Amino acid sequence: MSDYIEKLDHVTDAEDPTLGDTEIQNYTINFGPQHPAAHGVLRLVMELDGEIVERCDPHVGLLHRGTEKLIEYKTYLQALPYFDRLDYCSPLAQEHSYVLAIEKLLNLEVPIRAQYLRVFFAELTRICNHMLNLGSHVMDVGAMTPNLWMFEIREDCLNFFERASGARMHAAWYRPGGVHQDVPLKLLTDIADWLDTRLPRLFEDAISLVADNRIFKQRNVDIAVVSKEDALKWGFSGPMIRGSGIPWDLRKSQPYDVYDRMEFDVPVGTRFDCYDRFMVRVEEVRQSARIMKQCLSEMPEGPIASFDRKVVPPKRGEMKQSMEALIHHFKLYTEGFHVPAGEVYVATESPKGEFGVYLVSDGSNKPYRCKIRPTAFSHLQAMDFMLKGHMLADTTAVLGAMDIVFGECDR
Amino acid sequence: MNIVHSAPLVQPIAGLADTLRSALGGQVVEIVEAYDEISVTVARESVADVLTVLRDRFDYQQLMEIAGVDYPDRAERFEVCYHLLSVTRNHRIRVKVTTDEDNAVPTVTHLWPVAGWLEREVFDMYGVLFAGNTDLRRILTDYGFRGHPQRKDFPLTGYVELRYSEEAKRVVYEPVKLAQDFRTFDFMSPWEGAQYILPGDEKAQAAPPAAPPPPPPPVAAAKVEEVKAAPAATPTAKKAAKPKAAPKRKAAAAAKPAITAEAPKPKAPRARKPAKDSGGDA
Repeated sequence: MSDYIEKLDHVTDAEDPTLGDTEIQNYTINFGPQHPAAHGVLRLVMELDGEIVERCDPHVGLLHRGTEKLIEYKTYLQALPYFDRLDYCSPLAQEHSYVLAIEKLLNLEVPIRAQYLRVFFAELTRICNHMLNLGSHVMDVGAMTPNLWMFEIREDCLNFFERASGARMHAAWYRPGGVHQDVPLKLLTDIADWLDTRLPRLFEDAISLVADNRIFKQRNVDIAVVSKEDALKWGFSGPMIRGSGIPWDLRKSQPYDVYDRMEFDVPVGTRFDCYDRFMVRVEEVRQSARIMKQCLSEMPEGPIASFDRKVVPPKRGEMKQSMEALIHHFKLYTEGFHVPAGEVYVATESPKGEFGVYLVSDGSNKPYRCKIRPTAFSHLQAMDFMLKGHMLADTTAVLGAMDIVFGECDR
Repeated sequence: MNIVHSAPLVQPIAGLADTLRSALGGQVVEIVEAYDEISVTVARESVADVLTVLRDRFDYQQLMEIAGVDYPDRAERFEVCYHLLSVTRNHRIRVKVTTDEDNAVPTVTHLWPVAGWLEREVFDMYGVLFAGNTDLRRILTDYGFRGHPQRKDFPLTGYVELRYSEEAKRVVYEPVKLAQDFRTFDFMSPWEGAQYILPGDEKAQAAPPAAPPPPPPPVAAAKVEEVKAAPAATPTAKKAAKPKAAPKRKAAAAAKPAITAEAPKPKAPRARKPAKDSGGDA
């Protein structure tokens, strides 16, 4: 050590008090794959100069399960639950893309109540997803309490999913042609109460703890600024592109289901940093609640799935009375329905961004190719570009503001 | 066709196909408009030029996805599909090129940095090479993985499985062992254009065998069967084979009357081994 200090003395003098950098070498560290702030199984190989990140190489694929390959071996309906398991924080939003892709190929009409129900639950999914992301983001940068409060809301959401579909997370509730089953009226009134009372109270309380908090701002403001041009170049979507100041929302620009009847605002960022991305999501939660209230007031009575018996199986009660229903039921649950040959790319606004499904059909009962366009893939790729020159401790803030879930990124 | 579905509404741009044809000239192989989506197939070498034109002159600012598709029957088996999005014109377009294992596709990483990982994924899944991509490593599969899993000739189960070995104190790779065969059901109906031979149909085509094996008769019916079969094509062979089996079976039955009464009687062709075994026990 004394040699080293002598050496440093040698290269330092009063006129030029900087140390000789030639003595210091960059070093490489692994961030993850077992790191609580890595949001799953992310491995970042980072080259550091002191605490400054010089280069960051994300290694993904540790959760690769071959979903796209598996889907090629399943019928269209059997492939549906795989979509829940991609981004397991917003399961219904991904089913939405998939069922819309099938309906586009079939040109299948969906009853209006089913469209309302889908939009309603897609927005509930958005709230549920943002609760997890906002909570873990504030926890990654040091706050504890808001995360616990937001998990209360998330728990409520999961209970609502359970009452609608029977499953808390992997709902598998959307179907090509509608939804699987209708919801009880009591569930809708309970959600309406929840939207009026419990959600705003818990959520606004939690956000009030961090939104103006000095520490939270120090950790997020002016971190990982992404300009509009860069956001376009790096294929950003969802809250990431809106955080960069581009008012782009697929629910507005390319409306699906009944989003064209909904009134809501699209928040955008002004300084394009991590704090903006956080606040965009915060505002999206309020807008989602607004959409859900509109759904509740406008939702008509009626069927919840198409009556096209070549696609949508009949209910059990009908099956026990009618021979034809029995045949349809049997054929649809063994062979499944055939989809006309063709290819479509259908993308919806999932809570994390543009979630696309590129579906190639060869006319059989199984997808020939189902390419899933994950949101996290392009966002995570920009990690190196966003993190360059920032401190090591900013990694968690950048990662938290990206909202990455590896089930979807790795597929 | 009247559109009744509720999938995302992208207004088709009238006359876009003709505009593209005149703008891109000979680089276009085919333009297909279906399901309100437009896909342009272009020559492989010119894909970077075409995408530059689309980005700069037609305002498709974003590259959302690069998808590979495998058609093993085609001369150039892989299709690489670029999905572009214009946030100003609110329109999507798909650009396709075809390629095979050997011919590389020009990279577009200089147009969109996001193409880096997307090309890596297509390379990983299909083995399509991208000329000019400086970082063409595998991305989703394991470190040291072999093969390209999304190809249609790659089995769903893969070739290797891994487990933690207590002896080696590390994770070891072994050839994949399946407890049961992969259950795949073929729903293609012969009336709807199945092109292959159904199981059993090959017998109709083959020359009739000299001695068609008799259907496995139950033990009691064996004698009757023998009489019936006697005047068949090769009576000498039949006679040589049959009497040997029959007395043994009778002996076994006689030795263990209680068991034969309960157990289902073994069928003739399989009867030899059980008969011997049970005889040994007795």
